[in-house]
Amino acid sequence: MRASMIVIAVSAMLAGNVFAQEVGKSAPSFDVPGASANVRLADLKGKVVYVDFWASWCSPCKQSFPWMNDMQAKYGARGLQIVGITVDRKREDAEKFLASTPARFMVGFDTTGKVAEAYKPKGMPTSYLIGADGVVRAMHVGFKDSDRAELEREIEAALTAAKR
Amino acid sequence: MKRLLLVACVLATTACSSLPQVQPWQKGNLAKPEMAFDSDPLDTRFMDHTYFSKEGASGGAGVGGGGCGCN
Repeated sequence: MRASMIVIAVSAMLAGNVFAQEVGKSAPSFDVPGASANVRLADLKGKVVYVDFWASWCSPCKQSFPWMNDMQAKYGARGLQIVGITVDRKREDAEKFLASTPARFMVGFDTTGKVAEAYKPKGMPTSYLIGADGVVRAMHVGFKDSDRAELEREIEAALTAAKR
Repeated sequence: MKRLLLVACVLATTACSSLPQVQPWQKGNLAKPEMAFDSDPLDTRFMDHTYFSKEGASGGAGVGGGGCGCN
């Protein structure tokens, strides 16, 4: 009796804990409104998908946009698709951000927070590199200038693996 | 009766721990400028300078980052 009470008490204390999307597991599907048509992960089957969670209120996200534009331009032909998912509650906030920080890749509006709930990013921005097989190959929290080389190397590796 | 009251008191101390935490993607409102402790960065610097000069210990005031978990 006493033991079970302790178990209940401890589990109640840990109830708020979350488990993030893990590397090596299959990526949760999503279907969110985009700039014109809906953005669906299922539609990008066979492509290497770089999913980036961003918000208009996050300044490192702003720095990552020019880099993501470059990556999309450089590797798009080889089968890379960058998808920027905004977690802004109001779509207008994200639109305002996009007006000053153009995105030349797919953008999805996750105003309900459902996609973020599935992936549970640990910070903003967080990116997931999904291989052509739909498995998460890498996860990266934050964006610093020094991260660029490493992230690009991972993208190249994923594209090479997709070809085989 | 007394024991029941004690148990209730002890359980009440952990009651808030079961509330859902604010997740990184839900921090939009917390990131607003009006939510910052220092409304004027220049004024804060000035106050900090006076403070550490008086205390004879610089540094240790504040941490980097705005709660987005990206540092």
